[in-house]
Amino acid sequence: MGFEAELRHSGGSVEGDRPSTLATSSHPVTGWRKASYFLRALLAKPASALGFIIFTLFLLLALFGPLIAPYGVNEQIAADAGQPPSAKHWFGTDNLGRDVFSRVVLGAREILGLAGLGTAIAVFFGTTIGLATGYLGGWFDEILMRIFDGLLAMPLLLLALLLLGTLGPSKNSVLLVIIIVYTPIVSRVVRSAVLSVRQRGFIEAARLRGEHMPYILFREILPSVLPALAVEAALRFSYAIFLVASLGFLGVGVQPPSPDWGLMVREARNNVNQIPWAMYYPAAAIALIVIGVNLLADGIKRVLLESQ
Amino acid sequence: MSREVPILEVKDLTVAYRIGDHWLEAIRDVNLTLHAGQIYGLVGESGSGKTTLAMAILNYLGENGKIRKGSIVFEGEEISSLSKEAMRSYWGRKIALVPQNPLSSLNPTLPVGEQVQEVLRYHLKMPSAVAHQRVLELFERVRLADPERVARSYPHQISGGMQQRVMIAMALATSPRLLLLDEPTTSLDVTTQASILDLIKELIQGQEMAVLYVTHNLGVVVELCHRVAVLYAGELVEDAPLEDLFSQPLHPYTYGLLKSVPKLGQNKREQVLSAIPGRIPALAQRGSGCIFRARCPLAIEACSVRPSLEQVNGQRSTRCHRWQEIAHQEIELSHLFEGEEAFQEPVSIRKQAEASALDAEGIVVEFDTHQSLIESIFSHRKRKIKAVKDVSIHIQPGETLGLVGESGSGKTSLARAISGLNEPEAGSIRIYGLPASPKLSKRNREVLRRLQMVFQNPEEALNPFMTVGESLRRQLFVLQGIRGEEAQRAAEEMVRAVQLPVEVLNRRPNQLSGGEKQRIAIARAFITNPDVIIADEPVSSLDVSVQAAILNLINRLQGTFNNGLLFISHDLAVVGYLADQIAVIYLGALMQLCRAADLFEPPYHPYTEALLSAVPSVELEKKGQTIRLQGDLPSPSEPITGCPFHSRCPRKIGAICEREAPPWRVDERTQKRIYCHYTLEELVQLQAPI
Repeated sequence: MGFEAELRHSGGSVEGDRPSTLATSSHPVTGWRKASYFLRALLAKPASALGFIIFTLFLLLALFGPLIAPYGVNEQIAADAGQPPSAKHWFGTDNLGRDVFSRVVLGAREILGLAGLGTAIAVFFGTTIGLATGYLGGWFDEILMRIFDGLLAMPLLLLALLLLGTLGPSKNSVLLVIIIVYTPIVSRVVRSAVLSVRQRGFIEAARLRGEHMPYILFREILPSVLPALAVEAALRFSYAIFLVASLGFLGVGVQPPSPDWGLMVREARNNVNQIPWAMYYPAAAIALIVIGVNLLADGIKRVLLESQ
Repeated sequence: MSREVPILEVKDLTVAYRIGDHWLEAIRDVNLTLHAGQIYGLVGESGSGKTTLAMAILNYLGENGKIRKGSIVFEGEEISSLSKEAMRSYWGRKIALVPQNPLSSLNPTLPVGEQVQEVLRYHLKMPSAVAHQRVLELFERVRLADPERVARSYPHQISGGMQQRVMIAMALATSPRLLLLDEPTTSLDVTTQASILDLIKELIQGQEMAVLYVTHNLGVVVELCHRVAVLYAGELVEDAPLEDLFSQPLHPYTYGLLKSVPKLGQNKREQVLSAIPGRIPALAQRGSGCIFRARCPLAIEACSVRPSLEQVNGQRSTRCHRWQEIAHQEIELSHLFEGEEAFQEPVSIRKQAEASALDAEGIVVEFDTHQSLIESIFSHRKRKIKAVKDVSIHIQPGETLGLVGESGSGKTSLARAISGLNEPEAGSIRIYGLPASPKLSKRNREVLRRLQMVFQNPEEALNPFMTVGESLRRQLFVLQGIRGEEAQRAAEEMVRAVQLPVEVLNRRPNQLSGGEKQRIAIARAFITNPDVIIADEPVSSLDVSVQAAILNLINRLQGTFNNGLLFISHDLAVVGYLADQIAVIYLGALMQLCRAADLFEPPYHPYTEALLSAVPSVELEKKGQTIRLQGDLPSPSEPITGCPFHSRCPRKIGAICEREAPPWRVDERTQKRIYCHYTLEELVQLQAPI
């Protein structure tokens, strides 16, 4: 029971007139050492290590896809249409004679890019709004939060469909949907983290020396909410991948002939009895990356909690 | 009383916790014997393992805790090896616990009466109706007014003092043989604490019960206990009857602990506080020698071997190689632990005292009661709580004004209003003659520089993501435009002034102890040499030995920099020690204003009198008059007419106190000001010195 408290105290709050124990410990912690420590802690658990490996793999595919893919995205080899997996076509070909392996590989950039960019922008806006509303409070906070409540009250996919119905299906629309849907969620997480640090002495000390608001928000408060934010961002990223794929599958997102995995599943669906591999491989890719990113998010959360 | 079988006998108890793959010993070779009718004090600072010991006696250690060695014999029966299942007939039945925080120990979803009933039904198999009746009796015994109503209340509906009374009633419900009290009054105000201590004393008298009272507060021990064990870093360093321990401690740690507590009436001008250097070693760093060696001014070579617990004349024991030298006064103890820096009268070199450091006139602070959006749209009138009602204070350069009050008295609200962190509703603030806007955002750099603050909680005072150097240099840069080499030099100088090595500048707060963090927070406040420093309970979350060092430090810095200091505390002894002037605040209004030296002499405001009487004194001689406040602090949202203190005043005159606001009675000679319907002469007649 009271042990954690005692342990904390024993290293924490007992000290006297001439602190003698200070000069013993470490050098200032540099960014690199921190990063390497973080990575080691992350890889210590098999689940997070697996997540990290999966994510890195897909990241490499996204970066170097064109070098890896044996065929072009829309390169049709009419003679090979509907071929099962073979040495020539690892994942087989679809009904139009396109190499499924190449399309899955090249689709990584598509989906990671879109989901990543969308998440990044949503995290940026969400963080800014969350910091400002949490710190300022009052009417500004009240109004924005009620609007967000309204947005969040709608089922996510429904909201996305509604928006895309208005905007028309395109890559940019999907990006916009991700941003609109995830900004409120991120900003709420950040806001609640801000509320827990807002009254701390170091924030008040900053106010007392007349720091301007952006400094207080981004230098004083942001680092303290970063752990919560990092976990949330990783989770949002995995859901964004899911969303992009879902929208592609529903046919309201990314449009053909893009190698979007959701879209590929949609196109292959009609011939699932004759050429099932054209559907299985992109579907597996979606599942794998979502699982990978989720495991990674869990790992990040664990490491951050442990290091606190 | 030591003839019969003791109620509790702890022998060579060692408790360890598992951290990763290691077992770390939190308690080592502790021996305790409790007899019926005995109140045993267990004293220790945080990290000493006192709660672990209490939990071990209950056989209620966490998953990772384990009794490694020794035995716990309760009424002749070994209980340390019993299973949780077997312990059920002991917990709450034969051994009861009153915990530190009553609110988190009571179930928020059940009325408190129901919760006490449960104990009776479970352990004594009482039928509900009988149990209900018994609960009312118990509530009456613990002096709860209107037991029926209290029994129906949920925990959050009653005050902290009442919650603790309910916990005591629950503990006593089954007439246990052993009562463990784990800091039961630490979270309470001093006046509430005093009445709870009275209650415990009264309830235990004549009972065939042994009591183990765990606390860090030496004053409480004097009030209550017959015998005291001092725990340090998991080891029992001394165990003696109360009088012996206080009149002649045989362990240097006990001696240091006793000396570092400021006593009521002690002042900085007369005596520097003693402080124990260093800190309690962490669990992993408790070597093989004497556990106190690293901090002990008497340490010799022999101390690298762990001393055994030695019996002294059958009555007491101590764990020190040199106890005989101490006992026979072969070692001069009186200069032990003495701080080197004596108090210096602040010298007004820079500032001639023609202007006050701080003039705050007619400060009013109001808070909106919480309203939802809908409420605030549809209701026209805003409900407001007056936290501070028209308070004026003045501080001269180099002077310390101590502001004392219990929780809810408005002392922090006043401080935050002056600092601008909360905008006051009314009032004017001038800092060294410069008018300061009530709005923080409207204060210019010059005004901001002149007023800085030290906060209560050192753990949150510094940005965990900035090095100490960054924090200090930022302060200089923003307030004075100083940067680069010059800022670095100033930061180094300041860090040395708070007695830390220059290397801390590259450290982050999580590498520092609580006391070290508070030193840095103090350095940050002083570095721009402000005219006024507001220190809001800067030592209340620190252990006594550290507290003394921090008070000495504040004192010395103020002597050097000649700042005005507004020092806020709930601890009268601490305020009395540090302050030149003292303001006593109750329900947002000043009750008394006087020189620190005059605080302890009649006339007092009746509230001050009650406060002084409530402070548990570390002196063995008993005080004259005992004055206890009835009831609880009135809700601040209800309007109060007349004197704010009338509802609890033990010296209430009558209807006049409820109707009319009292006048300020001023003593021309001492400038003592008392807000009361009684004249000063009448008060002197009524009151005895405390």
